[in-house]
Amino acid sequence: MRKFMRRHVLQWALAASVTASLGGHATAQDSQPVKIGYAVSKTGPSAAGAGVTTIPNYELWVKDVNEAGGLKMPDGSQRKIEVIEYDDRSASDEVVRAVERLATQDNVDFILPPWGTGFNLAIAPLMDRLGYPQLAVTSVTDKAPEFAKRWKKSFWFLGGGKDYAEALAKVIGDAKAAGKVEGKIAVVSVADGFGIDLINAARPAFEEAGLEVVLDKTYPLGTSDFATLINDAKGSEADGFVAFSYPPDTFGMTKAAQVAAFNPAIFYVGVGTAFPIYEKVAGTDITGVMGIGGVNASDPKIADYFQRHTDSAGQPPDSWASAITYASLQMLQQAIERVGVDREAVAEELSTGTFETILGETKLEDNQLRQLWWVGQWQDGKFAAIAPAENEGASEPIIPKPDWKQ
Amino acid sequence: MFFSTLLFGLVLGGTYALVALGLTLQYGISRIMNLAYGDLLIAAAFLTMLGFTSYSVLPPIAMLLIVPLGFVFSYLLYLFVLRPLVRRAENRAALEIDSILATFGLLFVMQGVMLLIFGGNIFGYSWLDNAVDLFGVRIATNRLLALALAILLALGLYLVVTRTRLGLALQAVANRPESAPLVGINVEQVAAYAFALGGAMAAAGGVAFSMIQTFTATSGTALTLKALVIVIMGGVGNLPGALMAGFALGITETFVAAFIDPGLTLAATYGIFLLVLLIRPNGLFGKAAG
Repeated sequence: MRKFMRRHVLQWALAASVTASLGGHATAQDSQPVKIGYAVSKTGPSAAGAGVTTIPNYELWVKDVNEAGGLKMPDGSQRKIEVIEYDDRSASDEVVRAVERLATQDNVDFILPPWGTGFNLAIAPLMDRLGYPQLAVTSVTDKAPEFAKRWKKSFWFLGGGKDYAEALAKVIGDAKAAGKVEGKIAVVSVADGFGIDLINAARPAFEEAGLEVVLDKTYPLGTSDFATLINDAKGSEADGFVAFSYPPDTFGMTKAAQVAAFNPAIFYVGVGTAFPIYEKVAGTDITGVMGIGGVNASDPKIADYFQRHTDSAGQPPDSWASAITYASLQMLQQAIERVGVDREAVAEELSTGTFETILGETKLEDNQLRQLWWVGQWQDGKFAAIAPAENEGASEPIIPKPDWKQ
Repeated sequence: MFFSTLLFGLVLGGTYALVALGLTLQYGISRIMNLAYGDLLIAAAFLTMLGFTSYSVLPPIAMLLIVPLGFVFSYLLYLFVLRPLVRRAENRAALEIDSILATFGLLFVMQGVMLLIFGGNIFGYSWLDNAVDLFGVRIATNRLLALALAILLALGLYLVVTRTRLGLALQAVANRPESAPLVGINVEQVAAYAFALGGAMAAAGGVAFSMIQTFTATSGTALTLKALVIVIMGGVGNLPGALMAGFALGITETFVAAFIDPGLTLAATYGIFLLVLLIRPNGLFGKAAG
């Protein structure tokens, strides 16, 4: 179906250019679409993450641009976006193949990144070799500074595990200094890439912040029942619970904590806390739950983006990487507007330019986005950013977290 | 600590057993290794969620509709897709390979359709999430409900199989498929019923699963695998065996998590599985020789 459509469009484009050259007009060049390709996980284990954060934003952005007449060019003309899309089936060899195909067979002008740290790392050398800028948005890696140097046209938008762990340690450390918590932490982590990165960064960070880790356990990927783990944490007399978890586990642990009436002063769960589904799964009783990410809850630009996303995708965006994904596309759009579809020049512009996005005035530092929110907390139905506390738009954390209603 | 861990294990084992009951019927009696089993379960979970979130239909009410739907769907599936394979197969091994290939394809069709309709998102809802106090241990009401359902269905089906005429036919087809026609049993018909009954069980499992856990359109494969481990451990086609194997796995997991290390739960599960395969290759409750 998709292939057929693409062929159809290609034929149409071919016909159009033939007609144009026969007629001797030069107008066809202006109306020719800008081809933008991407390979994301539409099926397989990564489909959930891509379906929440990446795909709806790509679709929303293309819709927004095309409804406004297309991408603006430096000469003032407008060109619509034509999308070529592949499913990487959650396999990194597949995403590499698809990117190669997008560049060499489909000859797209730009390639948008896949979802996830692993997939972005998998295509980074290839993107570099093919000369495409890579907006690695959904990549959490402490090595971002190194990668940005190695692959000059790569851009890293989501920080590293260390950033998140240290910011969390500071939130709890500050609460301890203010006498709100004792600072005894029970921490659990999933034995997989993300969980390992964060727990390794968190152990020294917690110690630095003067926190005492009273329980430190890992659990395997795919664990479905957390009653035992939560019971352990409850028995440990910790007044802070921290889980570096993946979405299904995040939901499972929240439910288990509610059932066990486990009410620590700090309740922090990992990826998935910022997803709109969190509220549905956990019930409305989630004020005070902390997690990764967060948005400036009082910013009208963010509120407007949430509304447009809801209208377009039928659900609100997640409050961590969604807004950043959309902002990265706005940056690409503005870079093209300034320098055209020249990939080299666009990469240079992304690296040095300043952009007006839904995050406000946005500028990369050493090819990395650093104006990020590291810790968020559910407050009044919004996942509000609470750290770094000194940044404009940060909300005041609610500590201790109100008890679960039971 | 010991008692609460035991209870958690029983409850977890109940959901495992619930997921495996249908597969043991399909594989044990109809001889169809249904790789799309978990996807049927997830389809039922989606229907339950839709009913609950869009039309406020409570899951137990939804079950009254979804279970017969699972039966009819599986019956038709057997009639139009699997029966030709059964007729063509020269022996059991050939049928096994054919059915694995056919249901492997079916798995992708079902996942594809669900992805098309629901997208790759994570789904879930909150119903009966409150805790009940059971001898001083707090347990989620919906998990307790799933446990009760597993025991009821396993025992109910066991009674059907051991006490009714249809059950007798089911047993005959399961144990001596080549001799069953000699005593007037329509093997094909009985196999179709068994397969459909398995589908109904999968649907029941899916309804219960949706109350307890979040899921995506592609969660089915992991469920099929888990169910397969339980079916083989309990003895293929053995209903009380599946129940016991489910409990054994659940209790092992919670005890390992509580007293050794939560990181070793998976290792323990497959360790036990291996042990059972080595010592009793036909499963905990399987007959010594087929």
